[in-house]
Amino acid sequence: MEAAFSVLVALFFGVGIYLILSRHVIRIVLGIAIFGNAVNLLIFTSGRITRDGVPIIPAGSDLLAGPAANPLPQALILTAIVISFSFFAFVLVLAYRAYQEIGVDDTMDMRISEPRDDQLPPMGY
Amino acid sequence: MLLEPVSSGDWLAIAPVVVAIALGALLLMFRHYLRWQALIASGGLLVMVASNAALLHRVVAEGPLVMTMGRWLPPFGISFVADTLGASFALAATFVAFVCAAFSVVDIDTTGRRYGFYPFLMLMMAGVNGAFLTGDIFNLYVWFEVFLIASFGLLILGSERAQIDGAAKYAVLNLLATAFFLIATALLYGSFGTLNMADIAMKAGGLRGSAPVTTIAALYLFAFGMKAAAFPVNFWLPASYHTPRLVTAALFGGLLTKIGVYALLRSLGMIFPLERAQLSGVIEWVAIATMLLGAMGALAQNDIRRTAGFLVISGVGVMLAGLAIGDTVAIAGTVLYAIHSMLAMAALYLLAGAICQAGGSFLLSDLGGLYRASPLLTAVAFVVFLTVASLPPGSGLWPKVILVGASIEAGRAWLSFAILFTGLLTTITLGRVFILAFWRNRDHGEAAPATAGHLAPLVVLLVPILLLGLAPEEFIRIADGAALGVTDSAAYIRAVFPAGGQ
Repeated sequence: MEAAFSVLVALFFGVGIYLILSRHVIRIVLGIAIFGNAVNLLIFTSGRITRDGVPIIPAGSDLLAGPAANPLPQALILTAIVISFSFFAFVLVLAYRAYQEIGVDDTMDMRISEPRDDQLPPMGY
Repeated sequence: MLLEPVSSGDWLAIAPVVVAIALGALLLMFRHYLRWQALIASGGLLVMVASNAALLHRVVAEGPLVMTMGRWLPPFGISFVADTLGASFALAATFVAFVCAAFSVVDIDTTGRRYGFYPFLMLMMAGVNGAFLTGDIFNLYVWFEVFLIASFGLLILGSERAQIDGAAKYAVLNLLATAFFLIATALLYGSFGTLNMADIAMKAGGLRGSAPVTTIAALYLFAFGMKAAAFPVNFWLPASYHTPRLVTAALFGGLLTKIGVYALLRSLGMIFPLERAQLSGVIEWVAIATMLLGAMGALAQNDIRRTAGFLVISGVGVMLAGLAIGDTVAIAGTVLYAIHSMLAMAALYLLAGAICQAGGSFLLSDLGGLYRASPLLTAVAFVVFLTVASLPPGSGLWPKVILVGASIEAGRAWLSFAILFTGLLTTITLGRVFILAFWRNRDHGEAAPATAGHLAPLVVLLVPILLLGLAPEEFIRIADGAALGVTDSAAYIRAVFPAGGQ
């Protein structure tokens, strides 16, 4: 199961990075969403994937009865999902506002804060 | 389970975060009472400065202070661990934020206050303090996200076109950096089964053979290097740091990159020292490229805010030099330089605000005649420029002396050359700003005298800068203690696991 998941995680990373390398803001934003989910799946996989046994220690014992998936990564993912979802929402609005204000979707033309014709400082005194 | 109640003094470890979050929520509720916002935020920050000072005093005297949440014993509960490194960074950062809150009175207009400058400021300081004081690596990720989301809010305050453009680049690249941080943390948890920093440091020795520890350390170097704006992953900084309000730029330039440096010291310096030694050659060349290219970038700017942005980058390179060498002396130099850089970079941005108020522009090609219009501003600017260029009497001299000494001692000639040459380039850059903006005659109009509202926060900021420059013994002692906590993690581990672990 872990092997299949690691292939899936690699696919997610590949798609995410491919989209992030694009020059178009909307593709970059989508790429970040997929990249974030690749990370979530990676955390999920790192906690072992198995359906037999629950991670509850039986009464009178100090150890788990059998092999079980580690529940902590799932708690970590919940935190990471909430954070990455809210960031995704923010970046989506930011990208839309940038398109409204600047009128381009191509990062090569987004040069408002660093203009191409920025003059050099005075060379003489 | 911990059964005895937490002694009241131990609450100091989380007091700064609690005050910041509580006041952030309070200011959000009372966001229509615009007149009170600045006063409450400054008062809250002053309380945080006091509590951080008390924390540092206690930590220096008694060693690391640990508080674990929910009464679960570490490594199961999330621990807050204040050691000298974290407490001294938190104190310097909170002091800078307090000065910036005082400056915001003249810099943030009614619209900015209505859109929530002060709640964002307090929430960002909660994230910054939390990052410095936490002892859990996933918790560190959460604090990174807390200050990041608050910094987005501060960055786009005003919604100008340049701000939105800069914020888009800042947001995308910083999100990527935290995603890499999370990847490294996932691999770390998968191989170590713990997130408590002390526990990881303890287990690293036994797992070096079986776990991909070098990969994890390299991923942390990449992620935190991006956060700290190290070359070649620093291009979000010059794109965004000159666009927001000056106070925001001062806060960002002063604090945010240093959190990346702190996280590098914590992860590579303390948790994975052997992997740091393996990566030391990479860190060395990254440091050299960052400081030289940062200084050269600063030399080519016409806008003084962008000059300041490139000088922030160049300073990060100097801090990485200490991490590349990695012995206690060099780490102490990095810690001292980081504290100097928090104060000096915030002062440089605030000075840019005062220059714009007096001279009417940020552009060197338009400025001039400020000496005649405002001798006091000229004097303050002169001291700030000397400080940023690491010349006496400012705070930058001693950390650079320590770092150059440590790099010569370690036989890294190129590193010491780069540190000294960066100092020369910085001096030329700021000397030219001084000549053009202050000495040159103004060719149009009259420059206005600087107002007290702009000068007073700068003068307050100069107090610790000059103290560090003129009486450095106490600061060096604290930095030595912080560096010792990084290179020898035994005291840190003993504080978290008093019974010797498990």
